[in-house]
Amino acid sequence: MLKTLRQIAKVGIVTEAPPPADDELRVRQRLERRIREILGRALCIRQVDAGSCNGCELEIQALGNPIYNIEALGIRLVASPRHADLLLVTGPVSRHMEVALRRTYDATPDPKLVVAVGDCGACGGLFGESYASCGAVSKVIPVDVVVPGCPPTPARLLQGILAAVSSPRAARP
Amino acid sequence: MPMSRWLQGARPVCGAPGLRAIDVERPAWRDVAQDVVAAGGRLLALWGSGVSGEPRTMRMIVLMQTSSALVVTARTVRDVAAFPGIEDLFPAASRMQRAARDLSGIETTDADQRPWLRHTAWHRDTSPLAMRQLPAPVPDPVDDYQFIRVEGDGVHEIAVGPVHAGIIEPGHFRFSVVGEKVLRLEERLGYVHKGIERRFTELPILEGHRLAARVSGDSAVAYAWAYCQALEAMAGTVIPARAAWLRALALELERIANHLGDIGALGNDAGFAFGLSQFMRLKESLLRATGQALGQRYLNEYVVPGGVRSPLTTAGIAVLATCVDSLASEVPVLREIYEEHAGVRDRFVGAGAVAPTLAAKLGLLGLVGRASGQACDLRTDLPCEPYSVLAPRKCGAVSGDVLARVTVRFDELIESLRLVRAIFARLPAAEVVAIPVPAPPNGAFGIGLIEGWRGPVAVALEAGPDGTVRRCHPHDPSWNNWPVLEHAIIGNIVPDFPLINKSFNLSYSGQDL
Repeated sequence: MLKTLRQIAKVGIVTEAPPPADDELRVRQRLERRIREILGRALCIRQVDAGSCNGCELEIQALGNPIYNIEALGIRLVASPRHADLLLVTGPVSRHMEVALRRTYDATPDPKLVVAVGDCGACGGLFGESYASCGAVSKVIPVDVVVPGCPPTPARLLQGILAAVSSPRAARP
Repeated sequence: MPMSRWLQGARPVCGAPGLRAIDVERPAWRDVAQDVVAAGGRLLALWGSGVSGEPRTMRMIVLMQTSSALVVTARTVRDVAAFPGIEDLFPAASRMQRAARDLSGIETTDADQRPWLRHTAWHRDTSPLAMRQLPAPVPDPVDDYQFIRVEGDGVHEIAVGPVHAGIIEPGHFRFSVVGEKVLRLEERLGYVHKGIERRFTELPILEGHRLAARVSGDSAVAYAWAYCQALEAMAGTVIPARAAWLRALALELERIANHLGDIGALGNDAGFAFGLSQFMRLKESLLRATGQALGQRYLNEYVVPGGVRSPLTTAGIAVLATCVDSLASEVPVLREIYEEHAGVRDRFVGAGAVAPTLAAKLGLLGLVGRASGQACDLRTDLPCEPYSVLAPRKCGAVSGDVLARVTVRFDELIESLRLVRAIFARLPAAEVVAIPVPAPPNGAFGIGLIEGWRGPVAVALEAGPDGTVRRCHPHDPSWNNWPVLEHAIIGNIVPDFPLINKSFNLSYSGQDL
């Protein structure tokens, strides 16, 4: 026990400040204000692997480490879509996951947001569309924000998630 | 017939060192398998190939105890009669045979005739790997997979998945339980089947390594290296010595990162959140150092045909060396905390045990195999450059429970930290870290074998005309280990399943393809 406490004291707080939201990642404008009024910044996320190679999942897991520490930002990853405000979906959407993804989306209460993650979630990536792959997440469910990358870094993911829940900044000149 | 008789006519194969090949007639397929079992060999991979209207082939790779590996090819004259199954000899073969039916249309005599990778995306009469043109996807498909039912007083079923409660890959688990004790677990996988093997045939052979690196995202280096090992040998290219050493560096960094993450997650699954935050912090420090030194946190673009993508500068070495040194001093402290924590130990000891005899019979591979007394590691058994020089220590345990799998991870983690420092000490100096690779000739065939963090990764590659891929089969050790998880859980309680499952940490994407 003493060793555990000593280790905790020695490491201290390693959490870094989050990056700003990136509006460029937003692909859909809808009922913006109303959704954000309801959700605010306390956010429950349900992650859905709809066919990924597991690379994106590794970086999503990193969001929970003490350095990115998303729980400190009021964001929680939850176990059921019924508890979720936002779906964080990786792709490409395999045809065998198409039904499960649709059902997960339907099980998520309104208002809800969808963030498509990774190059595959964005456009199908290297796997593309085929007899087994539907490609982009947006081919199956409506998407609000897309975070490309292979895999996107945790900082980039955070920018996308924050863009989904923050009010859009004034249009740039 | 002893193994030696088959080996007399064996010829060398492009790619992995110590690998040889034989061709047999279809009736002899089972005879070879029987002799491999008798000689204590193990099945690494089995897959089918061939296009409609032409003879199909079945291939298997077996690992022999005498530091050698054999690829056996059996050709069918006409694709009529069912192929002789070997699932009674190698239990792991069953799902591979079912997949060969689903993808290549090769019928086998396997007692289990249910589909494996095919759910609803294509019709039973469609063979995605054998047909040049595929019919349109089935509209409104019906999924009527038949699970095996356990019946009796008080038995009920718990169905989990495909969408799981954590940040993990999708798959379906059907538990038959009495109270909270598990009588039987049946897995159903194939949810993330995204047509990888067919996709390979649409890419130029010199770009296939990028897809290989994405077969299973946590093993990007292992797959890309295995692909390139086969490709380079087929093209007659010998990569610069420094590139081989840098690939080993990348492979060990991948192993360290995964082991750090797993050890932390296993602590968490045993109710020790401290372990997760500490090890995730260490993993993040390693990923950042890797990103700084090699350009990516996860190295899915690092291994390229002919070498590696970027040279490693002195500054890069310094960043990685500092990180590795700090890991080498921090990990033993945390290991002691894990070992002294009564609650963690209580959960680890005896959970999900796979005895060495069972592990040998079922053909358990890789890290979890080594935790069940299966002393098999390609880095020492079939070493390619630079592992022949580095001589890694083979780690292992015999209790085969969660504790053994944690122990082997700790031991391998510490050994890999030593290897990284050994690589820095002996890294050959060279300006060039990649040379051009010509497209291999039409019909060339090769197999790459690399020990990834999870176990042996195989990539079998066949060249088509004009720099195309005729067939590529990437094979994950998860194929062999998933069925063993069904045995490991028997008699355990349902709440221990996440812990036991995590201690295996098998790939869904790597086996679903």
